[in-house]
Amino acid sequence: MSAEEGAKPVNKLGFTIQEYAGGKSTLCEGCGHNAITAQIIQAAWESGIEPHRVAKISGIGCSSKTTAYFMGKSWGFNTIHGRAAPVATGVALANRGLRQILISGDGDSLSIGTAHFVHLVRRNVPLVYIIDDNGVYALTKGQFSATSDIGSALKHGAVNQIAPIDPCALAIELGCGFVARTFSGNTKQLKAVLRAALAYEGLALIDALSPCVTFNNHETSTRSYRAVTERNRPLHDLDFVMPHEQTSVEIPPGERREVTFPDGSSLSLRSLREDYDPSDRGRALDAIHASLGAGELLTGLLFHRPLSRTVQDLVGTLASPLVELGEEATKPSRAVLAEINSGLLAF
Amino acid sequence: MSVQKGPGINEFSIGIATRNGSGSQTANQVVLRAIIAMGVPAGGKNIFPSNISGMPTWFYIRASESGHLARSSRTDLMVCLNAETVAADLAALPPGALVVIDEALASAATRSDLLYLKVPFARLAEEACADRKLQKLVQNMVYVGILGHLLGIGEEETLSALSALLGGKAKAIELNRSALELGRSWARENATPVAGLGLRRGDATKGLILVEGNTATALGAIFAGVTVAAWYPITPSSSVIDDLAAYADLYRRDPASGKLNLAILQMEDEISSAGVVMGAGWAGARAMTATSGPGIDLMGEFVGLGYWTEVPGVFIDVQRTGPSTGLPTHTSQGDIETCAKLGHGDGRHICLYPGNMGECFDFTYQAFDLAERFQTPVFVLSDLDLGMQTWLSEPLVYPDRPFDRGKVLDAAALAKIQDWGRYRDPDGDGIPWRTLPGTAGGKGAYFTRGSGRNDLAQYSEKSADYSGQLLRLARKLEGAKAVLPPPIAVKRGGKTGVLAYGSSDGAVVEALELLAEEGRGPFDYLRVRAYPFSPEVADFVGAYEKVFVVEQNRDGQLANLLKGDFPTLAPRLRSIACLDTLPLSAGLVVEGLRAAMDEGRSS
Repeated sequence: MSAEEGAKPVNKLGFTIQEYAGGKSTLCEGCGHNAITAQIIQAAWESGIEPHRVAKISGIGCSSKTTAYFMGKSWGFNTIHGRAAPVATGVALANRGLRQILISGDGDSLSIGTAHFVHLVRRNVPLVYIIDDNGVYALTKGQFSATSDIGSALKHGAVNQIAPIDPCALAIELGCGFVARTFSGNTKQLKAVLRAALAYEGLALIDALSPCVTFNNHETSTRSYRAVTERNRPLHDLDFVMPHEQTSVEIPPGERREVTFPDGSSLSLRSLREDYDPSDRGRALDAIHASLGAGELLTGLLFHRPLSRTVQDLVGTLASPLVELGEEATKPSRAVLAEINSGLLAF
Repeated sequence: MSVQKGPGINEFSIGIATRNGSGSQTANQVVLRAIIAMGVPAGGKNIFPSNISGMPTWFYIRASESGHLARSSRTDLMVCLNAETVAADLAALPPGALVVIDEALASAATRSDLLYLKVPFARLAEEACADRKLQKLVQNMVYVGILGHLLGIGEEETLSALSALLGGKAKAIELNRSALELGRSWARENATPVAGLGLRRGDATKGLILVEGNTATALGAIFAGVTVAAWYPITPSSSVIDDLAAYADLYRRDPASGKLNLAILQMEDEISSAGVVMGAGWAGARAMTATSGPGIDLMGEFVGLGYWTEVPGVFIDVQRTGPSTGLPTHTSQGDIETCAKLGHGDGRHICLYPGNMGECFDFTYQAFDLAERFQTPVFVLSDLDLGMQTWLSEPLVYPDRPFDRGKVLDAAALAKIQDWGRYRDPDGDGIPWRTLPGTAGGKGAYFTRGSGRNDLAQYSEKSADYSGQLLRLARKLEGAKAVLPPPIAVKRGGKTGVLAYGSSDGAVVEALELLAEEGRGPFDYLRVRAYPFSPEVADFVGAYEKVFVVEQNRDGQLANLLKGDFPTLAPRLRSIACLDTLPLSAGLVVEGLRAAMDEGRSS
C-alpha cells in the first residue's frame, strides 16, 4: 500500500480501512479471535457500514474483549458475563436505526447466558451475534465450556463427559432466520458469512470456531487448530456481492444457489459436496446432527430464511428510532391528565 | 387491646372476612365508594394471600372525617363470612364491636361482650338469585345492603357506586341491586343501628380520586416520556407495567402511524430486565423496569455496572416481605439498604421514597429527570401498601416543568469541541458529558466498560485512574442532594424527634396525635423522601437528644444509612421496628414508641 493517503483504497463511503480499525488486541498471539476481529474490520469496510451507526455489545471473556479491537469509531459496551443479549435488546428497542454487533463466547452465551441467548433468538432482535467459540474458558485459565465435546481433554488431562450444546442447532430450533458456522482459519468463508450477516435484517447467528492457542490447542483437544482444520467440512464456497461490486467480483462456475438480502446484495453458495438447501429447516437440523455424530464440523450458511418480524415489530413501536422523539411526542398533554383524573374520580 | 379510639359518627373501621376468589371485591369497593360519595374520607386495605382462590382474605374500610386513613388496628364492625377465620376474627375485636355474622357460623359467637347480627346469607342469596352459581357472588351484595342500613350509607350513593363499578352493564347491575335491596330490607326488619356508629353526610371528598400507587407510578412514567420498559412479572409490582401498557395503548401512540412510542417487553427474568434498561439508557432512551425485592437482588450486578458506566435508568421497587417465596402479598420496607448500595464494590444510588399517591406519580416522573441529569440508576421505593391498596387522593398534578435530559453532546456540539472525554469533569460538578450511539460527524464514539478506564474512556488499570473516577462519582452524587425531594418537617416545639418515610406517613401522623392525647410528646416529625440525605436531615437529627426512626423492617435500615452518613449523630437514633407485614397502623407505631420511651426512662 502506498504511503500517500490519497492512494489508499476507499470503500463506497470514501473511508479507508483505517476508519474501521480498533485498539490493539491484548489477546494471545495466534488467537483465533484476532482472525475473526480482522475479518469483521474487513467485512464492515468492504460493505461500507457507517461506523457511527454501529453499536458493539459484548459480555465478559476473551471474546468479549475483542469489541475494543475493531471499529473504534463505533460505540462499544462491554457489559456483564453472559448478559450482553438483554443490553443489546435494550439498544434495539431504543434505537432501531443502529446496527449491532454482539460478540460473545461459548461460556458467555451457552452457560451463564443461555437463557438470554435463547430468548434473544426467540424475539428476533436484529443484530449480528458472533460466538467466538473455542470450547473452553480461557480468561479463567482453561475450564470446560458448554461446547466442549465429549471426550475432549483439558491440558492437565481431565476429559469432558457432558454432552455439548450446539449453538447452531439450538438457534435453528428457536426460529433464528440466519445461522452460520465458520472457522477463524477460513478467512474467505468467515468474511463472506460476516458480510451476509451484516446485510440480514433480523438476528444473524455466527458460530465462529476459534481455537484457543493457550488452553485448548493440545493433542487431546477436539478443538485445537489442527483438530478443527481436520474436522471442518465446508458445505459450499461462499461469495458475497453487493450491488456496487457487481463488476469487480468474479464467481467461479459450479453448481450454486443464491441467497439475496433486502439491500440488493447476495450470497452465492457454490456446492463443495452434495447440494445443500439452506432454506430447509428440517434438513439443516438433520445435517448438523449427522455431522456432529460423525465428528465433523459443518461450516457455511446452515440456515437462512427471509426476514420475519423483529422485536420492534413484535412490541409494536414506530418505524423510526424512539431515541429521536422529543418531549412533545412522548409527554401527554395536560388535557390527557385531566381526562385520566376524571376517570379515577372516587364518585 | 388496641390503642386506637372507639367508633364515632364518621370515624370507624369495618372489617370484612371472606375467602379470596369469592367475588367480594366489587361489594367492598361499593361500600368504600359510597361512603366517600357521602363526603366522608375513607380508604380500603385488602389483606390477601398469595393464592388464586379459597384462602382467607380481609378487606378493611376505614371512614375518617379527620382524615386518618392508615389501617386501623381497631375494627368496630366485622362482617364474618369465613368459617376458617371466624374464631380468630371475633377474638381480635374490641368489646362492644358489632358483628355481622353468617348464621351458619353462629356457633362461634361465644363472646358476650360483642353485639351480633346473625344473617341467613344463604337464604337471602337464594331469594335474590335462582342461579346457584351466582348465589355466592350475590351474597356479597347482601352484606352491602346490611351495612348500608346499619351505617346509614346513602342508597343513591350505593347504587351510583355499583353502577360505576359494573361499567353500566344493565343485567349485572340489576341482579346486584336486587340483592343489595334484599339485604337492606332484611336489615331494616331485623336490626337496629348502633347509636354513635355510622355516617353523616360531609363535604370533604369532592373532586378526590381513588387510585392505587402502582397506577400512579405507571402514570408518572407515561408523563415522563418513558420509551423503553422491560420487566418480569412479580407481585406486588406487576400492575405497574399492566397499567403502563394500558395507558400507553391510549396515550402513547404516534398520531400518524398509530404505532406505540413506548416499547414494553416482558423479559426472561429480572437480570435481563435490568440489562434492557442499561442498553436502552445507554442508547439515549428513558428506560425503566418495575420489580420487587427478589428482582432487586437479581439486578444487582447490572445496577452496579450502571453506577460505574454512568447509564441512566429508573428502577421501581414495590417492596414486599422477603425472601423469595416468603410473604409476597405482605408489605415491607425491607429493601432500603440494599437499594441504596446495590452492586458489588463501592456504589451509592439515588433512592426516592414516595409516601402518597401524588408522590408515587411525581417521584416516578422526577426519577427520569434525575437518572438522566446524574447519569445513574435511580430507585423509586414504593411498597405493597402504596402500590396495591386503594388510596383516596387529590387529583394528580400535571408536571409542567420540561424534561431534564442531562448533559448530552450532539453532532453540532461535538464539532465545536477539540478534546472531549466521556468521563472528564469539565464543569466541576462531577457530571461528565455523554454522547449517544448513532451521533454523526465521526466524533463522540467511546467504549463503555466498568472501572478499568481513564477519563477518556480508554482501558486503564492505573490506580490513580480508578480512584479518581470513584471519587468523582461520589462528588456527582453529592450534588444530587440539593435537587432531590427535600424532607418534610412538622415541628411542634417537641423535645423528641420522630423520623419516618414512605407508606408509614399516615400511621405515624395519627400515632403522634394519639400519643399527644395521652400526654406524651409533643414530637417533631420529619418525613424523609430521598437518599442520599440532604443536610436538613442531619440538622433535624442533630436538634434532638433522641430521634425515633419508624421503619417497616427489623434492622433499622434507614437508621443504619443515617448512622453511616452522620456517624456523630448515631447515638441519638433509636429504631422502631414495625413487623406485622400489614399496612402500618397507628396502633403499632404507638406501641413501639411507648415501649422505646419507657425503656429510655427505666435505663
